[in-house]
Parts: sequence; structure tokens; C-alpha cells
Amino acid sequence: MSIFEYNGSAVVAMVGKNCFAIASDRRLGVNLQTIATDFQRIFKIHDKLYIGLSGLATDVQTLYQRLVFRHKLYQLREERDMKPQTFASLVSAVLYEKRFGPYLCMPVIAGLGEDDVPFICTMDCIGAKELAKDFVVSGTASESLYGACESMYKPNMVTYYFEALGLTHGKTMEQGANCIGVQKENQYKLLEEPEELFETISQALLSSVDRDCLSGWGGHVLLVTPTEVQERTLKSRMD
Amino acid sequence: MCSKSQRSVAFRFHRILRRTTNRPCFPRLRSSFDTAAFFPDRREGSKKEMECVFGLVGDGFALVAADTSAVHSILVHKSNEDKVMILDSHKLLGASGEAGDRVQFTEYIQKNVHLYEFRNGIPLATAAAANFTRGELALALRKNPYSVNILLAGYDKDVGASLYYIDYIATLHKVDKGAFGYGSYFALSMMDRHYHSGMSLEEAVDLVDKCIIEIRSRLVVAPPNFVIKIVDKDGAREYAWRESIKDAGVSAA
Repeated sequence: MSIFEYNGSAVVAMVGKNCFAIASDRRLGVNLQTIATDFQRIFKIHDKLYIGLSGLATDVQTLYQRLVFRHKLYQLREERDMKPQTFASLVSAVLYEKRFGPYLCMPVIAGLGEDDVPFICTMDCIGAKELAKDFVVSGTASESLYGACESMYKPNMVTYYFEALGLTHGKTMEQGANCIGVQKENQYKLLEEPEELFETISQALLSSVDRDCLSGWGGHVLLVTPTEVQERTLKSRMD
Repeated sequence: MCSKSQRSVAFRFHRILRRTTNRPCFPRLRSSFDTAAFFPDRREGSKKEMECVFGLVGDGFALVAADTSAVHSILVHKSNEDKVMILDSHKLLGASGEAGDRVQFTEYIQKNVHLYEFRNGIPLATAAAANFTRGELALALRKNPYSVNILLAGYDKDVGASLYYIDYIATLHKVDKGAFGYGSYFALSMMDRHYHSGMSLEEAVDLVDKCIIEIRSRLVVAPPNFVIKIVDKDGAREYAWRESIKDAGVSAA
């Protein structure tokens, strides 16, 4: 069994309309034996920035301690919180420092940046950043999660309409929308509202971890909007 | 108590006892990362798994039970080896793993916990001691890992009784019930069935006995004797031995 599958994990983050949601499973195992069903994999860096760490649990804890340490130093020096893009670069650098003896975890970073624009990214265990506009996944259940998220994440309905009309070739969504006179306000209806996003991410997480024996035993979802943070625990198949 | 400041003990490395001798390191290839190093016991045939340690938290107390066999390959050196160390007045450290590492590491932790109390006048909180132990294991993990699994039980006035599960690769988790070794397959299942939070002492000892009976009857290399230690508001102390084989005394010639 691979070292990344020693403890079992599943983490997913999704972008919504001025909000983001990050979710993880709650199982801590040692190979096929379950040790605990309340293990925390998502950690708060500051009010609008969360990091979910999948992979070997000991490195999850060590890496979290190192990152919180670096962020607190940054706060003392700069007297403000780190932006998500900056934090992602920091995580990437910290991971690449250990290029030939890496921390065996794959982080998922989610935050609200300037003007509360949501930002998500993931990286591999040596810090290769993968920015995405819709969702990112990591963990032992990542393949199932890709499939579930791709199908459940609200498709960009206007893009499909434009493609059917042959309008989007080489154009941005805004230019495409202008071509057929769609009002600018309507373009933002394409992104998920917070409540819808919570439903989508919960369903995606639960259906994926149900197919993975190493992750599951409940879910932990955090929904972050500019004004509040909602933290919820999901009950799933307990096996 | 000031447990928040005590948690920073994990970062104050200059305050701990420094090792005066070097522990042997695995030969390392500089250019590649060897994940097999995370499983050192696989090379020796997992003999660490034959040692059973398990524990649970009850109403205002925590119990830790461990087998008492010192085994080397097929030979049992002694069957009254105490593997649950009394860390300080209100903490227990049950350890399983390679014999040399176990004794070395637990004594190292015990001395550092005592040092903190001497220097600062107040004892470490259980959470702080657990985090310190995890930090030491994590530091050593990528140099010369200790093969020691630990269950750290303690009682604090503000928090009550708590139990921490610390893996040999430094995974720390606060649990209500935990177990290590081959015996864990039986002990954890028995505890899953019979455990509930807030158990009284009689119920908890009864459950521990059920686990011991299960281990003795179902594990082919079952250790014969167990020690049970308890920690509560009155302190950490030995509760009972469960012996099925007594060491034969040396008879006069």
C-alpha cells in the first residue's frame, strides 16, 4: 500500500458566488483499521482562508503547524492577513524545500481574496500548484471526487448555449453574452448560491467517499461567505 | 491553568534536555526518498505488533492496560515487564514497540516532563505533554525514527481525564478509546461494543477484563500477563495485574 494511502483522506473545495466551500472526510485509519472518526483535516489560517490537507496524518499535523507559524510571523510583520494567492505560493515553497524528502500530503487551499473573490487551488506533495475556477480535490478518493464534482457542479449554462450558437469560439463569456444581449447581472447567476453550493459539495463528497474504503465515516463541510462561516458535520455511511 | 502557554513548550526546543550521544542513523541515499524508511518494522518482521497496549477514558479517570512480556524472537525474556510508565503525578505513558526504543524514548519524555516542572514550578498539562511527545517523534522521524507507539493518559483539573493516541510516525489524536498491536483488533472491537462515555470504574475494569480475555483466547501469540494502571484526580497509580503465568522464582540449589 502506498504511503499516501496509509491514513486515508478525502478533501474537496468548490467555488460559489462570492463564497467557497471546503469539505473533508473524518476518518483516521492505519491501513485498513479505523482509529478515529473525528479527525480534523481542514484548518483555519485566518477568517477568510482555509487549508485542507490530505495524505499522511503526521505530515498533515507537522505541515499545519509550520504554516500557521509562518502566517503568524507574516501577520506580525505586515500587520494584516495573507492573501490566498500569496499563501498558496508560501505553501508551494515550503513543500518544495523538502523536494528530496517531501511532506507526504497534498494541500487544498481555499480563500476569499481581494473584493471577496473566491480562490481555490491544490498542489501535489512537492508544491506544483494547480489553480482551478470550479473545484479542486485531493486524497485517496480523488478519482471518485473528480467524477462526482464534474457532474454535480452546476454547469456553466450560458457557455453551453453559446457553444450551441457557435459564439464562444475565441471569446470570453462576457463578450459571448454581449453578442446575444444577455444582461451582465444574469451572468453571475451561473455560479452557485451558498446554500446550493453546500448541497452540491456535500453530495459530491458523500457519494465519492462511499466508494472508497479508506475515507469516509462522516464529513465536515465549511461554507465561507464574506460575512459568515458555516461549519457543518455530515452523517454518512459509517463504514 | 495556563495550558495555552504550556502548549508552546513544543516549540521551545532550547529548553529540553539535549541528547549527549548520537542514535544510529539509517544509511541514506541522498538523491531519493525512501518510503520504506517509514515502515522500519517491516524489515524485522513486525515483531512490534505482538505487544498489546490499550486504554479508555471513563468518568473522571483514564485506564491504560499493557501486556507485560519482554519477547525476543521466540524467547520470552520475562513476563513482568512494566510497559506503562508513570510520567508524573497525573500522567501515564503506555508504550509498545521495539524494546530499546521504548525504554529510551519513554525515559527521555519522562525526564523532560520532570525538567519542565522543576524549571517552571508547575506541571505540564496532558495536552502539552502529548504535543511535546509528538514533536519529539516527528523530529526524529526523518532522521532516525523511534518505533514506539504511545497511549498517553492524564488528568487535568480543568479538562478532566483525557487519552492521546500517538503513532510511531507521530500521528497525534485525542481519543476516548485506543489500542496498539495485534491485540488492538480484539480490544477495539470489544470496546466498540461495550464502551460508552462516562463509564464508572467497575464498568471500565470489567471492559478491560473482557478485552484481556478476548486477547488471551483468540490471539495465537497471546501475552499471558497484563498490567492495568489508572489516572484520576488522586493521581497516577497501578491498579491491578492480571496474571495467568507467574514467573517461577529461583529455587535454592
